[in-house]
Amino acid sequence: MKEGIGLRARFFYRYRRFIKTLKIYLMIAGPGIIVMVADNDAGGITTYTVTGSKFGYDLIWFLILLGPIAYIVQEMTVRLGAVTKRGHAEAIFDAFGTFWGWFSLGDLLLVNWLTLITEFIGMTAALSIFGIQPFITVIIVLVLLIVMILQGRYWTWEKIVLLFCVLNLIYIPAAFLVNPSWSSVLGNGLIPHLPGGAFRGELFFFLMANIGTTIAPWMVFFQQSSVVDKGMKEKDIPWGKFDTMVGAAFTVIVAIFCIVVTGTVLYGTNIESAAQAARSLIPINQYAGVFLAIGLFDAGLLGAVCISLVSSWAFGEVWGWAHSLNNRIREAPWFYFLYIIILVSAGIVVLIPGAPLVLITLFVQVIAVTLLPAALVFLILLLNNEEIMGKYKNTKLQNILSTIIVVFIVTLSTFYCLSVIFPQYFT
Amino acid sequence: MAKRSTKSPFHKKLVNAIQNQVRVVREINTKYAAPRIKMTKWVSIALLGIRIYLIVLVIILVYKFITLVI
Repeated sequence: MKEGIGLRARFFYRYRRFIKTLKIYLMIAGPGIIVMVADNDAGGITTYTVTGSKFGYDLIWFLILLGPIAYIVQEMTVRLGAVTKRGHAEAIFDAFGTFWGWFSLGDLLLVNWLTLITEFIGMTAALSIFGIQPFITVIIVLVLLIVMILQGRYWTWEKIVLLFCVLNLIYIPAAFLVNPSWSSVLGNGLIPHLPGGAFRGELFFFLMANIGTTIAPWMVFFQQSSVVDKGMKEKDIPWGKFDTMVGAAFTVIVAIFCIVVTGTVLYGTNIESAAQAARSLIPINQYAGVFLAIGLFDAGLLGAVCISLVSSWAFGEVWGWAHSLNNRIREAPWFYFLYIIILVSAGIVVLIPGAPLVLITLFVQVIAVTLLPAALVFLILLLNNEEIMGKYKNTKLQNILSTIIVVFIVTLSTFYCLSVIFPQYFT
Repeated sequence: MAKRSTKSPFHKKLVNAIQNQVRVVREINTKYAAPRIKMTKWVSIALLGIRIYLIVLVIILVYKFITLVI
């Protein structure tokens, strides 16, 4: 009898403790999940769908490897933001001087604006499947994104974005709808191997493309600014790390299920974009095709939400403007003005008849590679500075891992950039 | 007789705004003139590496642009 009461009490205690822990996590959760899910933006979803159609399930193991890589890089931004209470742009100005500061800020603005255009391309392509005209899509997106930030609270903005993150899971039911052979998914996907048994030019291109979508320069700037805007402190770092870990798992799961969808139904077909994949899928499995299109729109929207905010945060930090989502328009007019200008101008470009959208999409990859090495190297140097980081500086193991990852990412991203500039040498 | 200004209020506002931004840029340059990070051997090597990387990348882009135009 007494034993039963003791067991119940222990269970009740553990349950209360779990609920308390969950509540704390839900308060801290946000930046890590958002940045990782937004990493699967329109460009990312396109890469996964095309990878699935070319290689089936064969590269799933490679995507699983990319999760820890993304976590190790992004976890550093959590520590840096929580300790310095500064965004990455301001941290670069402060630590490395004006030359590197202006270079990073200018390059970030350019690459973000171009990436934003690609998000609009993805969103308009996705909704055109449902017969919605591009200009209507652009207006809907602009209104939605402007209303989201004008409500004047970081917390509300973050929770709305988290809802869009949940929508990103739409690829999971889509994968179940196409009835894949799960034994093949596990057998071919989880065992590391090279499709076709050899290293080919096309395979190398796709490995590079998948890495290119894993870490983008805006992600480093976004998560650090987001941590600062949320007001995270040193004591929140373990939760911030956990949040980033959950986000990394989330992004890998979405990528895997996306590959499962196209790898099951469109394997061997010549697919060049996610929108084309959705269109091709609709006659075969209507719901799966529709889910793919909704997922593409959501991915573009999440990318647009984050990327447009990164530039405003970065400029606000350096220019000394009020730059928090907790500020009202009257309190931070320049911050909101820049956000809206960046968003509207990128939306208009997509609507210009004959705009070189394909060229822009290719150019993004090239410009991103000019900023990525600098952003990552600065991150490691800052995380090694005891004066700035104190006891939160990188350990020897973290340095070894992050240096290997940065060299790996920079090398493959550079090759990817070169393959875009000189495709003749990579075929 | 004093000359009447031909500048419109909008023009004046624009000039003022530009002058303000130039002043802010100067302030930023002064504020961050000295890098805070200690220039150890590894930091210098890393920064030199990024400079060389960027120079090579720009050369490649310029080469591509020239060959595309010609």
